[in-house]
Order: sequence, then C-alpha cells, then structure tokens
Amino acid sequence: MGSLNQLRIRSVAYQTLLAAALILAAWYLSANVVENLGQRQIASGFGFLAREAGFEIGETTFLSYDAADTYLRALAVGFLNTFRAASLAIIVSTLLGALIGLARLSRNWLLAKIAAGYVEVIRNVPLVVQLFFWYAVITDLLPAPAEALNPLPGVFLSNRGFGFPTLVALAPIELNYPVLSGFNFSGGGLLSPEFAALFLGLALYTAAFIGEIVRAGILAVDHGQFEAAYSLGHSQRQVMRCIVLPQALRIIVPPLTSQFLNCTKNSSLAVAIGYPDLVSIANTTINQTGQAIEGIAIIMLVYLTISLAISGFMNWYNRRIVLRGNKR
Amino acid sequence: MRVKPTLQTATLLFTLLSSAHAHGGATADAALKKGFLRCGVNTGITGFAQPDSNGEWRGVDVDFCRAVGAALFGDARKVRYTPLTAQQRFTALQSGEVDLLARNTTWTMSRDTSLGLNFVGINFYDGQGFMVARRLKVKSAKELNGAAICVQSGTTTELNLADYFRAKNMKFKPVVIEKLEEVLNAYFAGRCDVYTTDVSGLISARVSRAVNPADHIILPEVISKEPFGPAVRHGDDHWFDVVKWTLFATIEAEDLGLTSKNIEQQAQSHDPAVQRFVGVKGDFGKMLGLDNRWAYNIIKQVGNYGESFDRNLTPLGLDRGLNKLWNRGGLMYAPPMR
Repeated sequence: MGSLNQLRIRSVAYQTLLAAALILAAWYLSANVVENLGQRQIASGFGFLAREAGFEIGETTFLSYDAADTYLRALAVGFLNTFRAASLAIIVSTLLGALIGLARLSRNWLLAKIAAGYVEVIRNVPLVVQLFFWYAVITDLLPAPAEALNPLPGVFLSNRGFGFPTLVALAPIELNYPVLSGFNFSGGGLLSPEFAALFLGLALYTAAFIGEIVRAGILAVDHGQFEAAYSLGHSQRQVMRCIVLPQALRIIVPPLTSQFLNCTKNSSLAVAIGYPDLVSIANTTINQTGQAIEGIAIIMLVYLTISLAISGFMNWYNRRIVLRGNKR
Repeated sequence: MRVKPTLQTATLLFTLLSSAHAHGGATADAALKKGFLRCGVNTGITGFAQPDSNGEWRGVDVDFCRAVGAALFGDARKVRYTPLTAQQRFTALQSGEVDLLARNTTWTMSRDTSLGLNFVGINFYDGQGFMVARRLKVKSAKELNGAAICVQSGTTTELNLADYFRAKNMKFKPVVIEKLEEVLNAYFAGRCDVYTTDVSGLISARVSRAVNPADHIILPEVISKEPFGPAVRHGDDHWFDVVKWTLFATIEAEDLGLTSKNIEQQAQSHDPAVQRFVGVKGDFGKMLGLDNRWAYNIIKQVGNYGESFDRNLTPLGLDRGLNKLWNRGGLMYAPPMR
C-alpha cells in the first residue's frame, strides 16, 4: 500500500514537473517573440482581422465579398473556397476510387489493366504538376469567350470556365442562362478554370490512392468467405455486395480517413494555379499586413480543425461498422 | 510549393524565439566574416533581375547588389542572389535569410513601418499600368468593366487595382497567382483579358514573353505611384547607412560625370567633389566604416546609375522619364557627399 502510494505520488510529481517545464518553455519563447517583434517594430496581434482588406477575390462560395470587407471576411471566403473544392473532391474521388478498385480486381483483362495503368500514372506524378497540366489544358485548349464552345443550349465552355444555366424557380421552371456581355459571361453559374483544374486534379489524384485501398480491403477478406458464399449459391454480385464489401469496409475506413485528410491538405496547392483558397488569401493577408506568424497560425489552426473534424467523423463511422467482437 | 514561405516563417519564428540580441554593424560584420553578401532579388524579370544564358544575374537590381558588394568588399562579385517571389520577400529579409532586398519593391508607408523594414531610397520611379491584347480594341482603362485581370499576389498592384475599380464603380474578376511565370502563362494563354503590374514589368513581359509584342498594347492610364527601393531590416543603422550611400554614390557619380570607363583617369582630377568621391581627399569611406575607395570601387566595377539603366532597361524600350537626373528633368537626386 505504501509503495503504491509512493509510486502514485512520484508519478504525479513527474507529470507536474513536466507540465511546469512545458509551460515555462512556452512562456519563455512567446515572451521572446513579443520582445523581438517589438524591438524590430514589426506589428503583432490579431487586430488586423477587423481592418479593411482592400483586395478583391476572384470567386466566393456562399459568402459575398468585396474589397471594402475585412480581412476576417476575406479569410472566411478563403476557408469556404477550400471547403468547397476539398469536399467535392473527396466525394467524387471516393466514388471513382471504389470503381477503380473494383475494376482492378475485375476478370475483364482490359478493364483491370486500364485501371492498373491509371493508378500507376496518376499516383506517380506529383500533384502540383497535374494541377498545372489541367490548368494549361483548360486555359490553352479552350477558346476565348467570344468563340466559346456551346455543346448544349445554355452551356458554354471557354478559357474563362464552364458556364451553365441555374435554376431560379421550380414551378414553373425558370432558368437563368449565361450570356456573353462585354469581356465575359454573366448570369447563370460559372465554374472557373482555377476551380475546375483544382477539383479535377485533386479528385483524380486521390481516386488513384483510394482505388488501391479498396482493392487491398477486398483482397484482405478471407478467401473462405468467397468460397462459402459461392457454395451457398449466391451470385457474384450478391457475394460482393452482401458478404465481401461489408467486411472489406472495416479494413478500408481507417486508411480512407488518411486519404480524406490528405485531399483536404493537398487543396492548399491551389495557390499555384490561382484558386483563392484559404492559403492563397492568408498569404495575401500576410503580405499586406506583414504579420506572418499570425497568418501562419490561422492557416494551421483552420487545417487542424478541418482535419480533426474529418477524423472525428470517420472514427465515429468506423466504430459503427466495426465487428462487435473486434471492438477495441 | 508551399514549402519555401513556410520554411521562411519557421526561420523567422526561430530568430524571434531566440533571446533578444543587440545590433550594431552586425549585418556588415557578419557578411564580411562569411565573405559574401546575400541579396534578395526577383525570381526573373528582364531588366531588373534575371540570370542570363551563362547563369550570371543581370539587371538594375542586380547591379545595385553588386554595388553594395563593391563598397563592402571592394569586389562586386562577392554577392549571392536569393530569388524571391513577391510573397516571400519581406519574410526573407525579416528573418535574416538575406542582408538586403533589391527586388523592384514599392516603398510604402506600411512596409516601411509595420513590416520592420527601412527603405534606403528610390532606384526606380514607376507606376501601375494595364496591358491588353490589341484585338480586344480597348483604348482606355475606363473600358475595362467586367474584365478578367491577371495579377501577381502579394503586391501593391493587387490593392491599387481594387482601389481603381472601386473608385470608377467598375467590376473585375481577379486571377491571383503567386509565381510571375505562371501569371504570365495565364495572361498569354488568354485566361485574362488584362495583365496589370508596374509599367516597367509590362514592358519587360511584352518584350520577353509575347510571341508577337505588337499584339499587346499598354493602356495610357498609370494608376499609381510605384517608387522602387532597396530595403534593409530595422535595427542596424550602420548597415542602413552603407546601403543608402551606395545608392547615392551611383547617382552622384552620374551627376559628376564619372563612369566605369573614365573613373580611373578622373581619379587624377583637381575637382574637389571628384577627389572626395574617389577617396583621394577626405575620409568618407571611414565614416561608413568602409575603405575610402568604396565609391571608386562601385563605379569602377559596376558603373553609375545611368550606365546601369542604359545597360539593362534601355534595350527593352524603356524611357528614362522620371528616372533622369534632377537637373535633366527627372527625380534622381543624391544629397551632397561632404
């Protein structure tokens, strides 16, 4: 009893000491930062967030913005732009990845080889190169707005993006068509070349990795399960849907979470092709205000929050599908 | 892509995390000890800073770095160049990655104060303009309502552009890209109707990048004042003086008629102003903590301001305009060396 108490007291003492040392180190370092910033007369603090940003942003999601708005609103617009590109890319890459994984396991030789070729090419070329490629394809190959391609009524493809009609009212159905006025299209919806390139690049790149995860998950299901199911007279489709995929999902979900996180973080490469994501807006903010430490802290905090939210959700989902007996 | 700025912020953070240390001639001493000067320049803009086919950096900003090298070491070659994007430049200087920033950077009040920098003077007077494809038949910036405009991020250009369109009650779609190379690719591919930057940058891009330069016109409106100047960090007054007087020496030399060709013979001159300049009379080098032949070395090895301009910018078709000497209708003026 006495020795146990001693052990506990010692452990508490060690932990208190460690915590105190960490706090002291953090205090020492931050005090130095503040003093050095002051000595070099570099502005610090988050007061700049309430000031007028003064720069324009090319495209916004949900939130309206103009140059008279604050830095905080500009950063919020950047965050929503990141969210739009990353969430769409995650959804599409998951669907595409599942198809690719299944195709690689297909008995159809050509389909399996095409899927394998896709995975090897896409996975082994750096993402930023692929983004430049898609951006160049869109801006170099598509015509100017005046000569825009018009494959369907109201749909326009040009190097200014992909214009399409939007629904204004349901009954009676009323559409808002894009119309060429002056330099560019106005009205309707428009996907910018920057968004299109980022979305395509991210979705195709992530899908290659997800395809491999799906394939590995299916292959990891015990072969006896296939044999047992076939011997019971199930069709191939039934075996896949009812027996194999539910078991494979348990193996697939944890690495899939990492891919979702990667996809979100990779969206910060948007800055290379001019899509106004969080990093792009934060970089401009840093440059106009000179407050690099605060700007980077904001970027880190936002990505951390998104990543924790994604992994929190995926962990919850994982707990739901895990075998009762395997629950850890 | 994001590695570099993040690294710089990390360097900055570490410099700031380390305990406060006193300055005083520290930058010059450190450079002398290392044996070279670290100069932050543009990633590649013809006429200001760009490596030539032999990998030698050329341009007026590069010449300025070489001039500081000549003043400090007596050897203009003792300079190492760090190419910086518009985004990276201030962090690189703040964190001590470069000793000096000579990167066609506009001197503004906020940069001079809250960024912790000191601009030493102005080595190029410029203003922001617009370039459009000739086939669009645009004659004035006032006709640009609704245009897509390519612009490099992290510049005063971005802010002036928004200001101009707000004042004129017009709308535009900015396409903001970090790397100059990629901005130009986007403009020349037709992603934007307009490319905007300082007029010198427009001329440089048109000459060096357009398939047919005559297909692009620069609109008459100049919407801002863009005085470019070299900058140093706050906190080292000695270094500030050295860099500032290097700039003045190149201007003063042109005023005195001293060039890289004639300075050796002019060193024999009886003109007291020239004698002070070349270091025969007075102790002007010592006042800066340098050799008395510091200014002689600058002119002998790099040349005066006008020579640098003629070598780098005149071939692009750039007029000297405001960058003429004060007594020839321009704004270039150096305080007296006495």
